[in-house]
Amino acid sequence: MALLRVSAVTKVYGPLKALDGIDLTVEAGTFHGLIGPNGSGKSTLLKAIAGAHLPTTGSILFDDTDITAMPPYQRARNGLSLKFQITAVLTELSVYDNVLLALQSAEGYGALLRSRSRQRLDAEVMQALERFRLADRADDLAGELSHGEQQWLEIAMALAPRPKLLLLDEPTGGMSPEERRVTGELLTPIKQDCALVIVEHDLDFIKNICDRLTVLDQGRVLGTGTVAEIEGDARVQEIYTRRV
Amino acid sequence: MLPVIELAVFAALVVTPFLLADRTDLITLVTNVIILSLLALSFDLCWGFSGIMSFGQALFFGVAGYVVALVGRDLEFSQLWATLPLAMLVGGLLAAGLAVFLLLGKRTPSSIFVAFGTLTGAYAAERLVAGWQYVGAGNGLSAIRLMAFGDYEFVEGVEFYAVALAALALVYAASRYLVRSQMGLVLAGMRQNEERLAFFGYRVQVFKALVFSFAGMIAGLSGALYSYHQGFTGPSNLGPGLSTTAVIYCLFGGSGTLIGPVIGTAAIEVLSYVLADTDAIRQFWPVILGVVLLVVVAFQPSGLLGLLVSSRERIGSYGARKAVR
Repeated sequence: MALLRVSAVTKVYGPLKALDGIDLTVEAGTFHGLIGPNGSGKSTLLKAIAGAHLPTTGSILFDDTDITAMPPYQRARNGLSLKFQITAVLTELSVYDNVLLALQSAEGYGALLRSRSRQRLDAEVMQALERFRLADRADDLAGELSHGEQQWLEIAMALAPRPKLLLLDEPTGGMSPEERRVTGELLTPIKQDCALVIVEHDLDFIKNICDRLTVLDQGRVLGTGTVAEIEGDARVQEIYTRRV
Repeated sequence: MLPVIELAVFAALVVTPFLLADRTDLITLVTNVIILSLLALSFDLCWGFSGIMSFGQALFFGVAGYVVALVGRDLEFSQLWATLPLAMLVGGLLAAGLAVFLLLGKRTPSSIFVAFGTLTGAYAAERLVAGWQYVGAGNGLSAIRLMAFGDYEFVEGVEFYAVALAALALVYAASRYLVRSQMGLVLAGMRQNEERLAFFGYRVQVFKALVFSFAGMIAGLSGALYSYHQGFTGPSNLGPGLSTTAVIYCLFGGSGTLIGPVIGTAAIEVLSYVLADTDAIRQFWPVILGVVLLVVVAFQPSGLLGLLVSSRERIGSYGARKAVR
């Protein structure tokens, strides 16, 4: 069943057509990779899905709801979650509070004021931190974490509200090879609960964890298919893959 | 360290009337400090905790002050159990109305837009009042009916001081509850990265509007007490001048701390009083005060409190972890 259906989406910035009639379908319970050279429109597409930029034309259906013009907070409440390309953990808050902030987002204004879920969410916060190997850093400021740990923290935050679809923009950017390997291990188990759209330059990483790939070039879809199909697509091989 | 400072400041305010019982002038000075602290605290909630750059806190302060003055003049009523809540209601509603215009638009407003919007609101109100005969125009309203409780009327002195201190204590406790709650965590996150919070599902502008309205209530309470205490209110009480003074009180003491604005207000008002009363520098004390303010703001951006309280302690922790384990 299609969880996300992007249809004929374009995004125009003045004379530049960043997205040019993009079609993309993501099935529930699958990991879908977006690859392409710099400037191909991967991050712009991700932001259009998350609501950071509204498409110029086209439509985006998520879980049978038209979210094309929805503000980001409504998309998040509908089960979409985003990890930014540039790490956006809240550096002045503790690691624990970063995750608590993500987890408590479903609470109402009165409940937040009365701190009704503070104790109830404690176990969930620690569980999320343990899953991403950050439990022993819970009391540290997020700004004191290494770059790789901040990336993990942000993935933990993005997953905390139990989204149906997680959008990850270059989650292994700036990580060591070992950290990339661990990131792959950490992401794999989420598939049973959450679909994933991931933008990544590391082709080995993306091939290892994704079920399907979509190749973008100059704002257009060059090809979509399984990893094997994309690897075997001579057009992609020749025109694109060697340039990544 | 921060709770110790908070306790020390409130303990000092409690014992002050006993130490200065025979100095009505100083009791009046400290009462003014307490009342203006409320105004500075209202700005701190906006800027220090929520990232709303409000240059218009005096608008809520001044309008509420005019309202209680007019109720006293036209209705011959000044019972504090009704007029102080009325002032808070006026301040809160006015702030909520401004928030609808400035904060709840379709697009996320920039800090500059909010700063200029609030500044313009305060300026426009000052000009409006200065030309409106019904509210005394440029002369303002004087001989305001004394604040009363039953048959008892509060004049300057220890009794008025006690009311002002009780108001500050209540507001402080409520504000502390807010900023240490899970909603306070949202505000702390919002101040750092609004966009990130929107992608968690928070409707950031609504949180801002709520805090802005609450701060408007506090400024309204402050304005009513100030009018009663001074026995006068005028156009300058709702203009950019007083709004900016509140900003300076807060930054001087340390924003994002609640107690910082109280310390900042006390430091500036007491310093002004002492300098103005010193014969050798009577002619140029404002210059000295100005230089002190500039030095602190330029070289100690976290204010006086930043000398004693670390950034980590100022922001604090919000989870149950430390409380439970």
